[in-house]
Amino acid sequence: MNVIVEREKGLLELEQRIGDLKSLSEQHPEASFTSEIRALEEKCASLQREIFGNLTAWQKVHMARHPMRPRATAFIAALDEFVELHGDRAFRDDAAVIGGVGRLGGRRVMVLAQQKGRDTKENVRRNFGMVHPEGYRKGLRLMRMAEKFALPIITYIDTSGADPGIGAEERGQSEAIAQCILQLTKVRVPVVASVIGEGGSGGALAFGVGDRIIMLEHAIFSIASPEGCAAILWKDASKAEEAAARLKLTAGDLKGLGIIDEIVAEPVGGAHRDVESTVASLLREQGRALDALGVLSIERVLEERYAKYRHIGSWQEENERMVRGAT
Amino acid sequence: MPSVTDWLRGRKRQLERREPGLWVKCPDCGETLYRKDLELNLLVCARCGHHFRMPAVDRIASLIDGEFHEIAADLEPRDPLHWTDVKTYPQKLAADREKSGVIEAVVAGFGSMGGIDVGLAVMDFFFRGGTMGAVVGEKIALLFEESACRGVPAIVCTASGGARMEEGLIALMQMAKTSAALTRLQAARLPYICVLTDPTTGGVSASFAFDADIIIAEPKAVIGFAGRRVIEQTIRQRLPDDFQTAEFLIEHGHADLIVDRHQLKAQLIQLLEIILPGARRREVLA
Repeated sequence: MNVIVEREKGLLELEQRIGDLKSLSEQHPEASFTSEIRALEEKCASLQREIFGNLTAWQKVHMARHPMRPRATAFIAALDEFVELHGDRAFRDDAAVIGGVGRLGGRRVMVLAQQKGRDTKENVRRNFGMVHPEGYRKGLRLMRMAEKFALPIITYIDTSGADPGIGAEERGQSEAIAQCILQLTKVRVPVVASVIGEGGSGGALAFGVGDRIIMLEHAIFSIASPEGCAAILWKDASKAEEAAARLKLTAGDLKGLGIIDEIVAEPVGGAHRDVESTVASLLREQGRALDALGVLSIERVLEERYAKYRHIGSWQEENERMVRGAT
Repeated sequence: MPSVTDWLRGRKRQLERREPGLWVKCPDCGETLYRKDLELNLLVCARCGHHFRMPAVDRIASLIDGEFHEIAADLEPRDPLHWTDVKTYPQKLAADREKSGVIEAVVAGFGSMGGIDVGLAVMDFFFRGGTMGAVVGEKIALLFEESACRGVPAIVCTASGGARMEEGLIALMQMAKTSAALTRLQAARLPYICVLTDPTTGGVSASFAFDADIIIAEPKAVIGFAGRRVIEQTIRQRLPDDFQTAEFLIEHGHADLIVDRHQLKAQLIQLLEIILPGARRREVLA
């Protein structure tokens, strides 16, 4: 059960009552409910602060997985233009990946997104956002096309991880992810990646290497799901909450570690409480990042990208000494 | 600086001191093997050909002609997340160092193979399951960069459970770091050969391992993205025994060839001679 959904229940009830009272007072202008409404609204605000004021890592994991959280499609729908391009040209079209060309505030872009479903039917079609090798290969094809036509790449990351099934292994899941990561480290156009929900492991990273990494405030980005980490380290998936706290997977933690560049604030209560403003804020930030990169030469962009990844967990000065010492 | 041949011998002595017991049982055919014989046979069962997991130092000794110039040998991991579970991360590292005789899960350096200069990195499964944290990523990246700089091919022997949990997303990002460094080798049009050994999974298989120009696998090595347990839990059925083996990889077109450990060095030399006709040769010392 999603802990955020649980905690929201009281809040939603209160909001319902406020709504009811408001429509009642409209129908009966002679009766005044103003003081009752104000009291309920104050209670509502304090409950919001209590619930969302200081989310733990585990609560953020659940916020990132919230069933009503805006999916990639919400952001793509807000682009000026978008034409979806399908298929990997080899096996099939993976609906867990949405790719295509479009415009973001007038800027030509290539869009790559991981897409979870909203309901059971869509989740079956989208495989719960778990990408198969053919989804990554569709991405790879579009990355190459982006370079050919000088289209900056924007990506949306939202997956619990790459599909861990028989077919995925048979068709080379490792190779498909590896090729995407490699391509993004060298592709000769700017890349702006945005983690909008769950950034799960290598399957997320396949679209998550870029010149700028943006995260929504309550998105997570992790080496493994907390459940997976607990199962691997302690053979006990019930220790997931503890693992979530240790993994440093929140946007704030990752900015502190120097891995991501920007955090986009979400409305109180999370992105799903005001999808429109969340979408607008992220698109604005993506646009800013593209503009900042757009004024640089592509050589400079590539140099900076190289340095950015080269320095994550690096020991540069010591290395130079040690490598030289060996020659 | 001590000669690197001495370094290799020293490391081997350290390992031998730690090996318990004179006899080893083959997990495949059950044959009882005399440890000294097994080691002389490159840790391959004389009866059934089972390839035992090989410590990095032994692998290097089996591939490099004479001298091996290790790079970044003293790099030790930091503890960026201040990780503690049953033990602290530094305590786990210390225990693995004691057990494996190496100070991290990869040993990287330069030497020659049949007289051809190469960069070689070998992962060691006996250290934290060969997992990749910042030091492993750094050494692999250095190997690619330095190989490009010296104009020599790079060879990596993988053995890894994937990215290292205790270093969190920093470990995952090593997939990007190693890939970025590999682009330098590619730009220099130098070959990169990867030898997948048992086991190679997760963040290592899904980054530099499967980016190689030529992919060699050791017989019956387990190689894949997701762990077997994860897949079985997901699909709720038992997987066939040969799933994710080297042979499975060949059948599905994900590796170039399977090479027995005894032929590995000769096979690598043959490939490099054909691909790189102008490879710098030196007189074979040993």
